[in-house]
Parts: sequence; structure tokens; C-alpha cells
Amino acid sequence: MAATDGQQFPPPKVLTYPASAPPLLVTQGAEGRLYKTTHLAPNRPCALKYRPPKPYRHPILDARLTKARISSEAKVLERCWREGVPVPAVYAMDPAAGWMMMEWIEGIPARVGINKLLGDRREEEEEEDAEAPLPETCETLLADLMRRIGAAIGALHKTGVVHGDLTTSNMMLRPRRRGYGNGSGADGDGDDAEVLKGDVVLIDFGLATQSMSDEDRAVDLYVLERAFASTHPRAERLFATVLEAYKETFKKASSVLVKLEDVRMRGRKRSMLG
Amino acid sequence: MALERLDLEHIPPSYQIYTAFFRDVSNADFLYAQLLSRNSEFEYAFIDASSVISRLHLFSAIYSAVNVLLDGNLRTPNVHSEIVVSLNINNNIADAYRRWGITPSKTKDLVVVKVVPTSNAQDESSTTIQTQQAVWEHLSQQVQGTPTPLTDDELAKTTDWPKVRKYYRLNGVPALDRVADEQDKRKQSEKLAIMGMALRGL
Repeated sequence: MAATDGQQFPPPKVLTYPASAPPLLVTQGAEGRLYKTTHLAPNRPCALKYRPPKPYRHPILDARLTKARISSEAKVLERCWREGVPVPAVYAMDPAAGWMMMEWIEGIPARVGINKLLGDRREEEEEEDAEAPLPETCETLLADLMRRIGAAIGALHKTGVVHGDLTTSNMMLRPRRRGYGNGSGADGDGDDAEVLKGDVVLIDFGLATQSMSDEDRAVDLYVLERAFASTHPRAERLFATVLEAYKETFKKASSVLVKLEDVRMRGRKRSMLG
Repeated sequence: MALERLDLEHIPPSYQIYTAFFRDVSNADFLYAQLLSRNSEFEYAFIDASSVISRLHLFSAIYSAVNVLLDGNLRTPNVHSEIVVSLNINNNIADAYRRWGITPSKTKDLVVVKVVPTSNAQDESSTTIQTQQAVWEHLSQQVQGTPTPLTDDELAKTTDWPKVRKYYRLNGVPALDRVADEQDKRKQSEKLAIMGMALRGL
């Protein structure tokens, strides 16, 4: 994921002006690139999302799509932030130029945190099947994280936003400011355990839409369920805890969960035609 | 000299940015009249300090205005008025001047921003390059007030929070209402204000 050789693409114009440190290309997606850079001051890190022009599209259409997508992502982030859903704040943007600066979220993706914990176990127990019970401390930690993930998604859906690409890679575990540094046990996985206690922050709203429909919300959950099963097969059972917390945070969850049953039966796409 | 040179990230060296802060300004009417008459010697962003939250808040507006200048998309006469407009969360220019700009007989504390193109700027209006010394001499002669260091602490003293909350639609925001600590709440309010400015007109 982390590519350090940022020179293979020309950076957007906004990043060609001098700063205390050169921008770092963090990741590249199908539609855009993410740089780590600074906003106004050297001690204020930010993430810059850039959607470069697509040469295969007609320039007028390309400009319009880029502008609309950056704008809609920013609007969704603002809406979430106002409602108290944990997402990065927007710092600055130029929709016409295709970039947006956002708050840099410290920490690691939930995917990495979970796999670190499970991975360490795997080494010790060697080649046990996925159904083997996890040690109790590990189980409690993960269950607690699942609850916080479910609560974050519940809060998101409550504001009328569906994420569109929920995976454990699009959730950051931000170290807590308060109480940080206590509770790291003397045992070997003290650090991994501490990491899992971070605050869940949802990121990458590039595919997000504003929707109140049960169908869209159910698909959101389904996408995460499938992603979860393939990224963390050993923790698949724990997904039920996500849904449990989701239900507690979000009043209208029950009809979404009913819909989720339908979605599971037929898959993400509503229509099998075309 | 109480004129601070700002060194902001991602600003090309073709522009120098200076700021100053004056408390208890007594000639706001005169300064306002210079802006109205488009007196070219008074190309400054005169900002009413009561609607400024912090340095970060001010710098966000400067950064946004300079970006617009670099793209050649100014919607107002110059980069200085653009800074005032950038503090707004909508595209109403008159509103922005009234809310964040200098107001006769009202403005007591004044934040001043000056953007000076340097030799390599491709700005046709730049005939002579003003030095920091020259800018300060002119300002300190023309603004009747007490020069004050532009720090977050000093700015906090003059911030009119009820006004700021109204301008940035911070009343009844769930994310703010659940914050108990006053210091944290201000930090969050600042974030929301900056976000509102970034999303101006969307």
C-alpha cells in the first residue's frame, strides 16, 4: 500500500509549491491518489486527495465529474463531522483542480491492527483451523473493537450517509489522546492490544452517497461483511458483534438488518439483469 | 516592528505575506473610506478581529485566497478582498465584507494582511516591490491603534463568539453540543469554521 517513490507521477500543481517537507505519495487508487503533506504549518500534517484528469474521458465531462466527486465527498465529510460521526475534517479544497486537503488521521487501519493480533496468534498455534477459539483476552479485545466499528457505522447511517466501500482498510484506529500509554500489559502483545483500543475513524468517502434507504444501508453492511470474511477469516464470527452494536446505536437498524438477509441471499446487486 | 512575515506551507516564493494586529483602533472610518475609494495605497485585507478565531482560521483564508490568485480566478478586485471573502461560508461578497471586513464606527480591533508580489511574480499590477519595512511604515502611520503581537492568546481576547457561532452556523451542531470542555469546544468550532470556508458555496 505505502509507496514511497512519489516521483513516478507528476504531483498536482498545488503540491509544486514549497513546503517544509516533500509530499509523500501514500496510496494510489483507481480514481485518485493520496499524499501526506502539510496544511499551513509544518506541524500540521494533512492528507491530500487528488483526482488527476483522465485522458480517456472527454475533457469537459472529465472536469465535471472530477469536480462533482470531490465536492460530494467534501459535503459528506462535513455532514458527518457536524453530526459527530468520526471522520477526518476537511481543511481546504479546489474541486475544479481535483484536490482536497483533509485532517491526517494518525494510527493504522483496523485491518492491520486486527491481522497483527490474529497473526501473532497464528504463529504460536501453527496451522490451526479458522474455527479454533481465540484466547480470551484476544477475543474480548476484538469484540470490543467490533462494537466500536458497529457504533461508528450506526452513527454514519443515522446521519443519512452510506459509505459505499466499507472495509476494515477504510477504518483507522486512532490512538487515544487521553489515557494513552496506560494499560499496555507487560506481556508480548501489549502494543497490539493498545492499538486495538484506538478510536475508530471512518475514511475514504469517495464512493459515499447521501441515502436514507434500508436497501443502501443493508448493502453497506453486506459489503463490510464480505470484506471482513475474506480479510479476517478467523474473526468472521465476530461480525455478529458489529451488527449488535449497530442495532444499539441506530434506531432504524432492525429494518436494515431484515433487508440484509435479502441482500445476503442475492448479493450486492439488486438486479441480476444487465 | 510588529509586522509579522508569514511562512505558510505551499505558498510560492513569488509572494510575501505580512500580518499585523492593532487593538483599539480609532480611525476605522478613515480606513474604510480608503477601501471604498479604491485608494491603491491601501491595498490591505482589513479584517475585524472580533470575527477571527485564531491564527489557523486566518491563515486558512489567506491560503485559500492565494490559491485563487495563483489560478487567476479572483472574484473580487484583488487578493486582499479575496481573503475577506474567503472567510465566508457562502459566496455572498457584500455579506463577507460586512461580517469580516472593517466596519466604520464598529471595528475596534483590526487584523491586517498584506500580500506583496516579489520580483518573480507574474502580476501586472506590481510596479514597485514593497519591502517589509515600507509596508510597516505605511501601516503604522495610517492605522491609529495599538500594535499587538498576532498570537492565538491575543486573538482569543477579541473573538466575539456569539457572532462567530452565528456566522459559521455553529449553533445546535451535535458534534459541538456533546463537548463539555470549553477549550475543546473552541478547537472543534475552529475546525468546523475552517471546514465551512473550505466548502464555501457547495
